[in-house]
Amino acid sequence: MLAVRNLSAGYGSFQTLFGVTMDVNAGESVAVIGPNGAGKTTLLRAISKLIPLGGGEVTMEGRSLREVPAHEVIAHGVSQVPENRRLFARLTVEENLRMGAFLPAARPRFGERLEFVYSLFPRLRERRAQPAGTLSGGEQQMCAIGRALMSGPKLLLLDEPSAGLAPVVVQSIFELVQRICGEGFTVLIVEQNIRQVLKVVDRAYLLETGHIRSSGTAAELLASDEIRKAYLGL
Amino acid sequence: MPVFDVFLLEAVVNGILLGGLLALLSLGLNLVFGVIDVVWICYAELIMIGMYAVYVLHVQQGWPLVLAMAAGIAAVAALGALMHHFVIRPVLAAEPINQLLVTGGVLFFLQAAATLAFGIEFRNLGVRMPPIAIGEMSFSLPRVIAFVVALAGVAATYLFLTRSYIGTAIRAISQDRQIMPLMGVNPDRVFTVTSALGGALAGLGACLLVLQYDIHPAIGLSFGPITFMICVLGGLGNVLGGLVAAFIFAQFISVGGFFFHIEWGYVIAFAFFIAVMFWRPQGILGGK
Amino acid sequence: MGRALPWIGLAALLALPVTGIGAYPLHLVIMCLLWSYVYTSWSIMGRLGLVSLGHGAFLGIGAYSVVMLWNHFGVSPWIGALVAVVVSAAAALAIGFPCFRFRIVGHYFALVTLALSEVTRLLIVALRDQTGGSLGATPDTVLVQGTTVALGAMQFASKWVWFYAILGCWLAGLWVWHRVDRSMTRLALEAISQEEDAAASIGINVTRSKLFVTVISAVMTSLGGVLYAQYQLYVNPETVSGIGISLQMVFGVIAGGMFVMLGPTVGAVFTLLLAEGLRLALGEHFKQFPALDLAIYGMLLVLFIIYMPKGILGAALEAWQRRRLTPAPARS
Repeated sequence: MLAVRNLSAGYGSFQTLFGVTMDVNAGESVAVIGPNGAGKTTLLRAISKLIPLGGGEVTMEGRSLREVPAHEVIAHGVSQVPENRRLFARLTVEENLRMGAFLPAARPRFGERLEFVYSLFPRLRERRAQPAGTLSGGEQQMCAIGRALMSGPKLLLLDEPSAGLAPVVVQSIFELVQRICGEGFTVLIVEQNIRQVLKVVDRAYLLETGHIRSSGTAAELLASDEIRKAYLGL
Repeated sequence: MPVFDVFLLEAVVNGILLGGLLALLSLGLNLVFGVIDVVWICYAELIMIGMYAVYVLHVQQGWPLVLAMAAGIAAVAALGALMHHFVIRPVLAAEPINQLLVTGGVLFFLQAAATLAFGIEFRNLGVRMPPIAIGEMSFSLPRVIAFVVALAGVAATYLFLTRSYIGTAIRAISQDRQIMPLMGVNPDRVFTVTSALGGALAGLGACLLVLQYDIHPAIGLSFGPITFMICVLGGLGNVLGGLVAAFIFAQFISVGGFFFHIEWGYVIAFAFFIAVMFWRPQGILGGK
Repeated sequence: MGRALPWIGLAALLALPVTGIGAYPLHLVIMCLLWSYVYTSWSIMGRLGLVSLGHGAFLGIGAYSVVMLWNHFGVSPWIGALVAVVVSAAAALAIGFPCFRFRIVGHYFALVTLALSEVTRLLIVALRDQTGGSLGATPDTVLVQGTTVALGAMQFASKWVWFYAILGCWLAGLWVWHRVDRSMTRLALEAISQEEDAAASIGINVTRSKLFVTVISAVMTSLGGVLYAQYQLYVNPETVSGIGISLQMVFGVIAGGMFVMLGPTVGAVFTLLLAEGLRLALGEHFKQFPALDLAIYGMLLVLFIIYMPKGILGAALEAWQRRRLTPAPARS
C-alpha cells in the first residue's frame, strides 16, 4: 500500500533522513523504532508532506505523493495522529472529531464514523461536549486517534502515541493500538517505546540517525541481540 | 430637578443601540486578528467603500435598497478576500507590524480612490424614516433597525463559526495552524474565507451606517479609531471582549455626550480607554 | 567616493544662499528638512520594533502648545516649546510605561499609540472655542510694519532664518539618532526587540531602555511640531495630529529606509518630490485629480513593504555593499 523508496528529507540544510526504503502492506501493522533524533517524526512528516521530499519517492497505492500538497494527502487515504496529540484545546471533543471529517468525501459519513469512534472509545462519548484541553493525557490520545479515523483512512500514521503519558496510560494506549490493528486498519506507528510496540505490530524497521539499520517481523526483532543489547537493556 | 431623568434614560438606551452597532463593527476586526493575526488598519475604509457601493447602486443606479445592500456586502467581502490574497499574504511571513502597515497603504489608497471617484462632498442615501416615540423619548428608526440587524449579524456569525465545517476550521486554525493540512484543510483557503467574512461584516456595518450617516471619503477616520479602541479594550482578538467593550464604550459616548457636548462624549470614552490601558493594557478580557 | 557624498550634500545645503534659489523652491527645501527631522525622530523608536502610530499626538502637542500659549496668554513660544516638551514626555511615559511593563509590543502597541493621537485630535476639536477646532489656528503675528525679526515670539519674516534653524535641527536630529545608535542602549534594545527574556537575563533594564528611547522620540517630534507651527504660522488638527499624519510618518520612513540614519531623510525627500512631481506633471489638471498623490502613496507603501522592506536607501546601500564585497575577477 505505502512504498517509500530511497527517501531523503530534512529541514532546510539540515538533512535528517538518508535513503530510507520501507513498505507497509494492506492490513498489516508496521512500526518504525529507534532512538531519539533518529528521524522517525521526520519520516511521518515527509509521508504526510508536511515537509517536502528531498530525494527519493513515496507512493500510496501506486500513486506518487511527490507533487501532492500537504492538505491533499488525506484524500489519498493517509491520515496522521501527530506527535503530542495536537488537539484543538478550546474546541470540544466532538468538534475535534468533526475537524477530522473535514474532507468533503468524509462529511456524508460523519454520523456513522462518529458512532464508530465513540464505540471504540466510550470515554469520548461521555466527554463529547467538553473542551479537548480539559481531558487527561490518555483521553486526549484517544481523541487524537479518533480524529484521525473520522476520515475513513486507508493508512493510519501514529507518531509516538505513548510520548508524554504516564506508564499506566501507556499500557492502555498500546492495547488501543492493538484493537485498531485488530479492526483491520493498516497502521504505521513510530515509537521510542520499543518493548511495548513490538508486542502489538506485525513488522518493524529500526531507524538510526536517518538510516534503516535492520528490519523484520516483530518477533525477529524482539529476539535479535542487537536490539536487546542496545535498546532493551539486556 | 426630577430624580428620574427620562432623557438620561434615552441617552442610555441610545448607548445600547449604538453599542450593538459597534459590537458588529468590532466583530469583523477581532475575527481577522484572532484567526490570521493581522490588524486591518484600513477596516473603516472598507466600510466606507461599502457605504459608497450602496449609495451608487441605490441612488445612482436605482436598485432597490435591500438589493443594493446585499450587493454592497458581497462587494466588501470580495474586497476583503482580495486584499488578503494580494496584499497581506505576501507579507504573512514577515513581522506582524509589516502586515499592519501594508494595510495602512490600502487605507491611503481606498481613501484616495473614493476621493477621485466621488469627490469630497458629503453624500446621503436620502432615506427618511420617522422616529419611534416611547413616552417622552424619541429614537431614530434607522438606529433601532441597525441594532436589531447588528445583533442578528453577530448571531449569524456565531452559528456559522460553530455549525459549519469551514467555521469550525476557522476557529481551529487560530489554535494550531501547522496540523491543519493533516485534516485536509488548506490554511490559505481558511484565511481567505475569514477575510471574506471580515469583509462581509464590514459590509453589513456599512449598510447600517449608511442609513444614519452621510458618506465622505474620510469618514473612516471618524469611526475607525473607535473600532480599534473597542477591540483593544476588550482584548485584541477576543470576540466576546470586543462585544462587551463595545457596549461599555457606547455608554461612555452616549451618556458622556448627554452631560456635556457630544464631542466630549468621545473624549471621555477615549480617556477611559487610556485609563484602562494604564491599568490593564492587554484589555479587559485579554489574555497573558 | 560614496563616503564623501553626504558631506558634499551638506556643503551644498550650507551654500544654498549663493544659488539664488527662488522662494517656493526654498520653501520646499525647508519642508523637506522639517519632515526629514520629524521622520528621523519617529524612526529612533521605529527601528527598534516600537512602531508608533501616535506620533501625530506629539506633533500636535508641540504645535498647539506654542500657538495656544502665545495667543491666549502671551507666553513666548520658547517657553511654549518647553511646555510642549514636558507634556509630550509625560504622555510618552504615560503610554509607554504600562505597555512596556506588560510587554505590549508590535501591532498591539501600535493600536494603543493610535488612541493617543486620536485623543489629541479629538481634544483639539472639542476645545474648539480655544483652539479653533477643525478650522485651525494661527499664532498672532507681531511681524508688522517692517519688523522682520521677533525673537521672543519666534517669528521671522525671512525664510533664510528658518532654513538655517531647521537645517540645524535636522543635523541635531541625525546626531541624536547616531548617539542612540551607538550607545549600549541600542545594543540592548536590538537584543530586546529580538528576545526579551535573554536581554532581561543579562541585567538590562528593558523597560527603562524602551522608555528612554520613547521619550526622546516623543520630545523630538513635539519640537518638530513647534517648528512647524512657527514656520507655517497655521495649524490644523488634521495636519498635525490624528492617524493620517501618523501613517504618513511611517510611510516616509519605510520608503526611505528605517534602519539607516539618512533613510528617513530620503523618505521625506521622496514623498515631497512625489507630490511636487505630480503637481508639475498634471499641471492645471491637478485639481481634477484630487488625492492622486495619496493613491500613489498607498500603492507605494504596499509595494515597498512587500518588495523593499528596507526602503530605498536601505536597498541601495545593500546593493552597494554587495558589489563591494564581490571579489574582483581574477586576472588572466
